[in-house]
Amino acid sequence: MTLGIKHIVRFILLLAFQVLFLNRIPPLHQFIVPYIYFVFILWLPFRFSRAPLLLISFATGMLADFFFITPGLHAASCVLIGFLRPFLINLLLPKEQTEWGSEEPDRKTMGLFTYGIYLFAMTFVHHFYLILLEWMQFGDFFYFIGKLSATSVVSIFLIIIIDLFINRNSRNR
Amino acid sequence: MRNIYLFLLRNSVLILFLILQFVSLYSLFNFNRFHEAALNMVASEIAGAVYRNTDKVESYLSLQSENNSLREQNARLLSLMPSGNILPDTGVTIVSKTIRIDSTSVAGQFNYLPARIISNSVFLQQNYMIIHRGREQGIEPNLAVVAPDGIIGTVVSAGANMSTVMSLLHRQSKVIAVLKKGSGLGEISWDGKDPGLLNLRKIPTTVEVNKGDSVVTSPYSDKFPPGYTIGIVERVEKDQETNTYLLWVRSSVDFNTVQHAFVVKNRLQEEIDQINKTIIRE
Repeated sequence: MTLGIKHIVRFILLLAFQVLFLNRIPPLHQFIVPYIYFVFILWLPFRFSRAPLLLISFATGMLADFFFITPGLHAASCVLIGFLRPFLINLLLPKEQTEWGSEEPDRKTMGLFTYGIYLFAMTFVHHFYLILLEWMQFGDFFYFIGKLSATSVVSIFLIIIIDLFINRNSRNR
Repeated sequence: MRNIYLFLLRNSVLILFLILQFVSLYSLFNFNRFHEAALNMVASEIAGAVYRNTDKVESYLSLQSENNSLREQNARLLSLMPSGNILPDTGVTIVSKTIRIDSTSVAGQFNYLPARIISNSVFLQQNYMIIHRGREQGIEPNLAVVAPDGIIGTVVSAGANMSTVMSLLHRQSKVIAVLKKGSGLGEISWDGKDPGLLNLRKIPTTVEVNKGDSVVTSPYSDKFPPGYTIGIVERVEKDQETNTYLLWVRSSVDFNTVQHAFVVKNRLQEEIDQINKTIIRE
């Protein structure tokens, strides 16, 4: 139960940081707005089975959408990374996911290099799908590529900083 | 039949994934087309409650600059006081901004309802604002929203106490505009890049346009009060194919910091709508 509360609190903090801070500071450049709220999905414990993971991802995205006033845009990208997460973890880690218990993806549990790949791939997929959907509505290919790479770099940078400050798994033990 | 069940069971996660994708994409594209989703009503009330509280802090921090802009607007309004006006002979002339309510009183055609902007964005492709006024205060979809310095957008959906406003910084936003010196009728839109620069298209190249010309709302728009400031021409380019200008207009409103707005209600809107309807029917 305490685990559930921990995740809910974390979710609220991440979303609040995204909505009240990142969305409000003047953008670094006209098209760079970093997104970080979705790391909530990346940080869920390993043992989560697929169906609940999808539903939680959908709820996460929809709640973010309420604040962005883009119903469905963030939900679609969150559902996509929620769907791909188990496949990627299986690919990167030799162990069965059920053996991990309540531990979370982290630079200690996964190893620094693997965790880096996991973070980078997921961020890229999330941003790619998000910006692809925007691009499909408005066109302009170079704008799309520029926005994708710039936004991904800034987001990953922020996520790494947050990750360095928070030591998640040690508190659990 | 059993095989179908087995297939569904084996692929249940994939199917759930596809269903959720469909739901999100459907609501995304549907919302953009009709600007009205039941979801949006709920969303603006939930998000609105959060934004309302953070807005209290933010508005305190920018009291100084807000005071200045309100003082400037007060000065402008004082200069418009009727004591300084010469009344035209109403028997002959039509005063375009006033209408008769009954035989003894005259009122402005446009009614300004003050509203606070509690949430705003400038960096998305489709930017919306949330204002702290709703149906219960007389806000309806399709009303114009202006700031003291210039126009801001259009109400797209009204909740009980909050409404969503489509900002000028929205890829689907279109407002009819004219040059202040009188000639040329064009359309203001936004290309999704710089939040301070709007595009003005459809003005024919026969009209002379210079850098620094003022752009205002057109007298033909039924929503926006005529002659309200939009911005100043910053760059002039000619589109050879269509023989029109492509003008970049520096918006007079700073969309990053705007906090006070007025929702504009046209008292003659019903009449205008009715006339439009009869034209279409005939």
